[in-house]
Amino acid sequence: MRPEVALPVLLPLLSGAISLMFWRSRPMQRFIAVAGNVVLFVVSLWLFVAVLEDGYITIQMGSWPAPFGITLVADMLSAVMILLTGIIGLAMGIYSLATTGRGHEKFGYYPLMHLLLAGVAGAFLTGDIFNLYVWFEVMLVASFALLTLGGERAQMEGAIKYVTLNLLASVIFLTAVGLLYGTVGSLNMADIALRMDEAEHSGMVEVLAVMFMVAFGIKAAAFPLFFWLPASYHTPPVAVSALFAGLLTKVGVYSLFRVFTLIFDQTMGYLQDIMLWGAVLTMVTGVLGAAAQYEFRRILSFHIVSQIGYMILGLALYTPLAIAGGVFAIMHNIIVKTNLFLISGITHRLQGTYQLKKMGGLYRERPWLAVAFFISAFSLAGIPPLSGFFAKFVLVRAGFEAKAYVATGIALAVGLMTLYSMVKIWNEVFWKALPEENQVPETPTPTGDDGRLLKPSLWMMYLPVVVLAMMSLLIGVFAEPIMLVMNQIGDQLMTPSGYIEAVLGASASAEAALLDPIEIQAERVDDRLEETP
Amino acid sequence: MEPLMALAIGLLYATAIFMMLRRSIVKLVIGLMLLSNAANLLIFTTAGMTRGAPPLIPEGMMQPLGDVADPLPQAVVLTAIVIAFGVLAFAVVLIRRAYEIVKADDLDKMKDTDT
Repeated sequence: MRPEVALPVLLPLLSGAISLMFWRSRPMQRFIAVAGNVVLFVVSLWLFVAVLEDGYITIQMGSWPAPFGITLVADMLSAVMILLTGIIGLAMGIYSLATTGRGHEKFGYYPLMHLLLAGVAGAFLTGDIFNLYVWFEVMLVASFALLTLGGERAQMEGAIKYVTLNLLASVIFLTAVGLLYGTVGSLNMADIALRMDEAEHSGMVEVLAVMFMVAFGIKAAAFPLFFWLPASYHTPPVAVSALFAGLLTKVGVYSLFRVFTLIFDQTMGYLQDIMLWGAVLTMVTGVLGAAAQYEFRRILSFHIVSQIGYMILGLALYTPLAIAGGVFAIMHNIIVKTNLFLISGITHRLQGTYQLKKMGGLYRERPWLAVAFFISAFSLAGIPPLSGFFAKFVLVRAGFEAKAYVATGIALAVGLMTLYSMVKIWNEVFWKALPEENQVPETPTPTGDDGRLLKPSLWMMYLPVVVLAMMSLLIGVFAEPIMLVMNQIGDQLMTPSGYIEAVLGASASAEAALLDPIEIQAERVDDRLEETP
Repeated sequence: MEPLMALAIGLLYATAIFMMLRRSIVKLVIGLMLLSNAANLLIFTTAGMTRGAPPLIPEGMMQPLGDVADPLPQAVVLTAIVIAFGVLAFAVVLIRRAYEIVKADDLDKMKDTDT
């Protein structure tokens, strides 16, 4: 019995339930928001250390043996994602205290936040494909409510697009799960992987692979399925934006990584090209969309799309090194992107707007905030020695090794375009003087999202920003030990026999070892070479 | 039975997508509703439409007598129905609020947050 695998899911559910019991008590809910997320962070750290020692940890819910019950599996990828969830959860717990208006707190902001974290953690840990769907829905319903909390016109309009497209993705996912069960007769992912290798290859497997790619592609906001994201992410309160930006799309990316390395590893032979060019177009359209914008959060939203491209590029190249680079990009992006949204919240508090044209002079006014933005923004663009540089470096190297020169070249060019957007924000918000007509009164009166006066408690906003900026810096400085973990993830994902063995036991994996994906991949490449005259 | 179900499911998907392509938000939600129903029926059908007994093992035996139905898709469909119901309830409230605020049932009037 390894409780640390189940706890990251159970704890936020528990905090959410306790928070609900104190529906009328605002101080109690705020206390639980911080305390619950501190415990979640500690548990996620525990899980990470345990997985670092053991490689794989599984737990069978209700003690039903593996292919029949629901299995929770923590491999290195899951453990890293859970650790990041813990970090972002804690940062958001503290940041929300200062930014959430009373109107939002009264209508269950904190219970919903816990529920969202439970959904995210569940999706990262489950080893059952239908259970993955359920966690996706838990996460989505919480995010729907958080997105519309407050009920402004922009939120409603954004929410309709967000809800419709995400529900469409869910139905495609559910349909694919149903058809998958009809084809292989199992819902346990390790068991499916095993049966998939044995099953004869009719066209069904390829159709299913594409359905999963489209469903997770919508959730990950990949080209050409990303339009819901920039239409909705800038509408809710800033803490919600930051939470969504950090975690939600990454659950889609994680699912792509999981499903395409474990279940559909044999279809990668020809889906690879589609995925590669999808990734490249995601990068390019995202970064071009951002270049046209002059609203702080909208620029950042388009950059989420652009960065998703790098992660999917890692999967599409499909070598252990590229996967390691892709996961490095996920890790770096979760920290940096959340931080940029948090900074946009502080600048909004200070100057009362998200429009770049109306802002200015913050470098003189708040030099340390400018430094925190500088670190995060340049990390996003991939300037050494920050975290983004190493993510990009590994991906580019893997790209050249896989001889995908055009795609890699475009990835490098997109880095420059990212820098352009970040410099634009820097110039407009921090460097230029505040426009004459927008001079704020000497002591700006801070208000919450519902317009009520708040106590000037800016340290709660600064603390997560400073810590996350430091993390981005430290990931850059200590890139080597992190890269070791990433390489382990790459190896684990590319040899699914380890995962299958951990879930189903040693006898099953002996069969799986016969069908090592790298060999199959090599065979496919050979086939292709023979086909070309 | 299966060809009939396949036809019904295909028709449901087609109707749902047609409804979702309309500009009215009410029709959009009806489309979403039909879409989840179609998916549920599909799961129900893919497992095989057998006339099996409930999968219960009689006392003192190690395996059930005769043909039994596969219980898993039914459990899955039940879960999916509950989830679809919850999400649908949210969607209905959402379009009501959106209608109150925007004062229109037309998606073309909701382009403020687009780029």
